[in-house]
Amino acid sequence: MQGNEAAAFGALYAGCTFFAGYPITPSTEVAEVMSVELPKIGGKFIQMEDEIGAMAALIGASLTGVKALTSTSGPGLSLKQENIGYACITEVPCVVFNVMRGGPSTGMPTGPSQSDVMCAKWGTHGDHPAICLVPASVQETYEEVIRAFNLSEKYRTPVMVMPDEIVAHMRERIVFPEPGEIEVINRTAPTVAPAQYKPYDTSFGDVPPLAAFGSGYKFHVTGLNKMQDGFPTTKAEIVQAEEERQVRKVEANKADIMKWEEYMVDDADIVVVAFGSTSRSARYAVNVAREQGIKAGMFRLITFWPFPEERLLEISKKVKAFISPEMNLGMCAGVLKGCIEGNAPVLGIFRVDGEPVNPEQIVDKMKEVK
Amino acid sequence: MSFDYDKWIRPGKLPHIWCPGCGHGIVMKGLIRAIDALQLKKENTAIVSGIGCASRLPGYMDCCTLHTAHGRAAAFATGVKMAKPEMDVILVGGDGDGTAIGGNHFIHACRRNIDMTYIIMNNYIYGMTGGQFSPATPTGHKASTTPYGNPDPCFDIAKLAIGAGATFVARGTAYHAAQIDKLIVEAIKHKGFSVVEILDDCPTTYGRRNKYKSVIEMMNRLKEVAVPVKAAEKMTAEQLQGKVLTGVLYKEETKPEYTAEYAKVIERAKAAK
Repeated sequence: MQGNEAAAFGALYAGCTFFAGYPITPSTEVAEVMSVELPKIGGKFIQMEDEIGAMAALIGASLTGVKALTSTSGPGLSLKQENIGYACITEVPCVVFNVMRGGPSTGMPTGPSQSDVMCAKWGTHGDHPAICLVPASVQETYEEVIRAFNLSEKYRTPVMVMPDEIVAHMRERIVFPEPGEIEVINRTAPTVAPAQYKPYDTSFGDVPPLAAFGSGYKFHVTGLNKMQDGFPTTKAEIVQAEEERQVRKVEANKADIMKWEEYMVDDADIVVVAFGSTSRSARYAVNVAREQGIKAGMFRLITFWPFPEERLLEISKKVKAFISPEMNLGMCAGVLKGCIEGNAPVLGIFRVDGEPVNPEQIVDKMKEVK
Repeated sequence: MSFDYDKWIRPGKLPHIWCPGCGHGIVMKGLIRAIDALQLKKENTAIVSGIGCASRLPGYMDCCTLHTAHGRAAAFATGVKMAKPEMDVILVGGDGDGTAIGGNHFIHACRRNIDMTYIIMNNYIYGMTGGQFSPATPTGHKASTTPYGNPDPCFDIAKLAIGAGATFVARGTAYHAAQIDKLIVEAIKHKGFSVVEILDDCPTTYGRRNKYKSVIEMMNRLKEVAVPVKAAEKMTAEQLQGKVLTGVLYKEETKPEYTAEYAKVIERAKAAK
């Protein structure tokens, strides 16, 4: 099965019953599978007039209580940012599956890239939480899409899953979990009577229960800064507290959201920090290097945002160097440098030519480390 | 006994933000009378808007209300209606929100013929941002960004809706207040995408730049230009020069409604499984 197809089936496993999208290479297969599968289970598929409209329909649908998915790629992600911000401030769960292709603008529609990771965090204006997952295999794409829905429902915030084009179009064997084998989380519904309901009632914690439109609860949703009852406000202390809470939902729960793999990191002198398809080259490179007596390891990001700053800082204290191979001009390397307090140099291998980083490049870079 | 508007207004949410003399309040009262006459259920009614003065209307209504991003009301509402077709979905907004930044969503909602009602309050201007010209500002008129007169041709919003495939299109004015609820009742009852354009006024940002001395003068203009469709049938082209048709302009009952069509897709998919 292909990565994009796995994403669609992962979404179905997670209980997704709504898809809104717009055709775009290289993610269209997700939409195609959903158009086949959703009506079979009474779900809804809609192809909207543009990427902005797809993101809007997604949020509208989610407000009726359903789990909703869209898929896109770079140019579409740029357009969706307006309403991704809307989902952040209104705290409406939804999942955005974005296949990374070359950019900026139309770039290389069929070429792989990893250059949307900063867009996942800073693409929409204003302060807001960001969760971004970066799977490296077809199996992991399936599982990370399920996790994306779980995190989105649990924290009432949009979650992005961002494979690069190689992972999205790669075909691998996949083992489907049995129903119940992987936990599926649903948003917390309100327990108070409709008359008492407030959509942002923090007496229930940082993630207040979300009622569904059409379920007996009536409430107001707005993209303006809002009070706990959902109505707009410009009161300084309320706006400050609400903005901080929205970001804190993710920051205070980083341990639950972050996920990574450490491969031969324990005794490593050189640690390759990689994600997506690049991590496959990195793993191979680490194996080759070990055979040649180089103590190399790999730190593989599975969650890109929030970034595992603390763990990388810890590792930085005992390594000679980090290597950051990525299909962009140093986005991950920049974030890495920002959290390791200068403890070790970060050597970059940055490709934006539509070709993957190959293992030889990584091994060669290891040999530059003194 | 006078009509009780308060039962549809959210407690504590008035006064509204609209300027004295603005027609949006007249439209909101018309909408309230309409949904009251139809006995819609508050919990089952979604009122969706974009950005602008008119788009603040949902906040005052005691229903499921969704104040979205600029121009996107139709797209958000489409998501709500698709996911929960049993809900009554009403869109409200202004001319700039609906036909400029939201033009694409507007025409595609018309094309799909999805069962929702869109009330467009056309005051010919972007009011909230201080009076810039919109796609509905008449050519030659003044706005804060057309100080020498508007060079742009304008949309006929009702014709745009008909051309794009809406199956119920009506036009009223803020002057003809008693007609507004009747048009909205018909629009909501219609199975398909319904558009009700209400010609409105913005004395603050449009009227004063275009030599209207008072709100009354603006209201009188609406009275003068409006010609009911029936009356227009007996008038010559010359007599209709500068007039605007009001009433139900278009009604088509054979075009399939979108959510009903999608229900058939579900049936076909289940049968093929």
